[in-house]
Amino acid sequence: MSEGIAARDLTRPDYLQYGTTVRSWLTTTDHKRIGILYAVAITFFFFLGAAAMALVRADLVTPSADLITNDQYNRAFTLHGIIMVWFFLVPSIPTTLGNFLLPMMLGTKDLAFPRLNLLSWYLFIGGGLLTLFALLAGGVDTGWTFYTPFSTLYSNSHVLLAALGVFVVGFSSIATGVNFIASTHLLRAKGLTWMRLPLFVWAMYTTSLVMVLATPVLSMSLLLVVAERAFGLPIFDPRSGGDPLLFQHLFWFYSHPAVYIMVLPAFGVVSEIITCEARRRIFGYQFMVYAMVVIAVIGFMVWGHHMFVSGQSAFASMVFSFLSFVIAVPSAIKVFNWTGTLYRGQVRFSASMLYALGFVGLFTLGGLTGLFLASVPLDVHLTDTYFVVAHFHYIMVGGSVSAFFGGLHFWWPKITGRMYSERLAQFAAVSMFFGFNFTFFPQFVMGYMGMPRRYHVYPPEFQPWHVMSSVGAVVLGFAYLWPIFYLGWSLVKGEKAPDNPHGSTSLEWQTTSPPPRENFDRLPVVDAGPYKYHPWHSTPDEVEQSHRPQLP
Amino acid sequence: MLPDASTLAPRIDHLLWLLIGLSGAIVLLVVALIIGFSIKYRRGSTAKRGQLPGWLARDVEIGWTAAIFFVAIFLFWFAATTETSQYEVPKDAMEVHVVAKQWMWKLEHPNGRREINALHIPVGVPVRLVMTSQDVIHSFFVPAFRIKQDVLPGRYTETWFQATRPGTYHLLCAEYCGTDHSQMTGGIVVMPRADYARWSEGTDDTGTLAQQGARLFQRLGCTGCHGNSARVRAPSLNGVYGRMQPMNDGGFRRADEQYLHDSIVRPQKDVVAGYQPVMPSYQGIASEGDIILLIAYLKSPDGGDVQ
Repeated sequence: MSEGIAARDLTRPDYLQYGTTVRSWLTTTDHKRIGILYAVAITFFFFLGAAAMALVRADLVTPSADLITNDQYNRAFTLHGIIMVWFFLVPSIPTTLGNFLLPMMLGTKDLAFPRLNLLSWYLFIGGGLLTLFALLAGGVDTGWTFYTPFSTLYSNSHVLLAALGVFVVGFSSIATGVNFIASTHLLRAKGLTWMRLPLFVWAMYTTSLVMVLATPVLSMSLLLVVAERAFGLPIFDPRSGGDPLLFQHLFWFYSHPAVYIMVLPAFGVVSEIITCEARRRIFGYQFMVYAMVVIAVIGFMVWGHHMFVSGQSAFASMVFSFLSFVIAVPSAIKVFNWTGTLYRGQVRFSASMLYALGFVGLFTLGGLTGLFLASVPLDVHLTDTYFVVAHFHYIMVGGSVSAFFGGLHFWWPKITGRMYSERLAQFAAVSMFFGFNFTFFPQFVMGYMGMPRRYHVYPPEFQPWHVMSSVGAVVLGFAYLWPIFYLGWSLVKGEKAPDNPHGSTSLEWQTTSPPPRENFDRLPVVDAGPYKYHPWHSTPDEVEQSHRPQLP
Repeated sequence: MLPDASTLAPRIDHLLWLLIGLSGAIVLLVVALIIGFSIKYRRGSTAKRGQLPGWLARDVEIGWTAAIFFVAIFLFWFAATTETSQYEVPKDAMEVHVVAKQWMWKLEHPNGRREINALHIPVGVPVRLVMTSQDVIHSFFVPAFRIKQDVLPGRYTETWFQATRPGTYHLLCAEYCGTDHSQMTGGIVVMPRADYARWSEGTDDTGTLAQQGARLFQRLGCTGCHGNSARVRAPSLNGVYGRMQPMNDGGFRRADEQYLHDSIVRPQKDVVAGYQPVMPSYQGIASEGDIILLIAYLKSPDGGDVQ
């Protein structure tokens, strides 16, 4: 045990005991508590979005419309998309694990702007309420993409409310991004140089850059939608000389980088889990860092691959196709490096490790099917079919959601101070992997066969694939609900977590579980890179300290 | 399974199988390595472990980075060159006009025959589709032909195919377009040429698209200015289609379908050099269907040549 922990004052309260009233939570500027506020909010939105999809998948069991009408169906999948993208996936890892862990990994007391952090949560809730209100008022039927001129001139639903909701939540993203960037630049512990940062910090940093640069474009395009729909400004309406394709360019200029907002944090989480659970330094640390930076930069230059059949010029399509193949390279490097990290390790099959390994497999498949869609002639056939649906769910659900669950389990003891049943959690991880493949793999096949997305009624030859997918969704639903029970049990009856149950070398574990209000009793000093696991001859439990407490 | 019923389909499937083979190999490699390493190096196993020499890690890293980069470039090149022919419509292609609206497909043959949510075409003949929408964005998708093209309001987009197998194939709208999006479907009926010839004879007496366009040209009053004996100074439209037109603000524009369409609904947009922008807009007066007729008329040999 390090000196810092031994010397601590055992009577001081941890961050959870630091105030227990509702008011103390709602006015907190503690990054850890804000992380928990976000976790509560996104959990609510996650299950709301999942419920909408449960309705859709139930209806798709038969080719005809039986449970709901066409309009209800369109509102259900739109709700699913809007909620899952902006109210779950984009904020998921950064605002919960990121908020909680970033200052601790940097070895500091809080983020650079603690009050801005709280404001971002209120913006998130404000945007969420607007969107919920749109839902209660009758829903939105534009799809999460808000394509014009349908959204501006033809839709009879609450487009304005929903667009404003997403507009507001965008500012919450920007606030979080600014906060993370400033914190990483300014608040690193003594000795924590850029090339000693844990990959999770790099992931948060690159994600924040993308958030800050891309989100304003989304805000602007949504304002243009509002301007045309509410005030009749001719922007996208071709009858007045507008251009409907302009919206798609603006929208994907945000929404393609948004895919990286959703998946870069997952890279960070998985890198932390795999190194710790395999007791191994990350293979090719520098390449992992550069890969994330390159992905964040090139991610801005590939938006046109969403528009190969839109009427965009053939030359533009070729350039976007080329860049989309190029961005596959850093992603592939990451997969190989995670695999290489296992080599000569001490692999432990904990639940979080199972989630992380599942992530690598599903992300690989999701990434490779991206190559199909980057090929122009093949994309012409596959775009707007279930193939695309399956592809991006492999990245965002198989990838990001697996990583989120992995991270949740991995840091659970630190966040709550309690242990959970490892066996029940392993069962959840394995069910998620199989349930996910069962749900989404059939969608690749029916997509190639020509099943378009966003179809309520469909030709009967696709029924067997839809039935498989819906049955898989039941398994997947179970895998999502199951952790509520054992994690809930852990909160109430779980045994107390030790300070560093996984034997991690990372800074956030070198304090009590749960951490005190100011994270560390003494600010740490760092004198080596991350992941100093497994020196020659070491036993798995041995951890080489990469930092020492600062002497007074 | 999905039929391959166009000249394009088997070539797309080749590309697909190449990518499936390659991806399959990579997935197998990654999964085998993950499972292999996880088992061999599970905690407590006696497998030999140790620090990797730094140079080895770096060389492996550079090696696979380069390898992946070359594979990516190769795949781009292969995919990009697979279907360049798709960008060039054969000269002798039969032309079918498509007007999409919420939630139906209207299709018009050159001989004036109209169809709703169905398209009859002969096997082995290239067919060029010239498409526009009356309202929102739709997408013309025929899985059996492996073609898809968005259909935009205020704009002509085109695609082409050549069917190779008689049969009936799905026509689907692939771009979400509102309430009945999933019911905006139809059938493409590919017929042997003789059958098609018989089918297309059954035209009604309204005449070909060009003939209907000629009548419309009179009725809408186009002849008042564009006729040969008109007093108002407006360019004659005889043989205008496909010509390079000098513009008032400098430069040239080819008088293609898009240009003719825009000149009818937004005449002030590109005015031919030497003329005043006096033409009123026909937006709302001439429907998208009417404009197709007018263009068909202007494309015919004696189109625009009237008093």
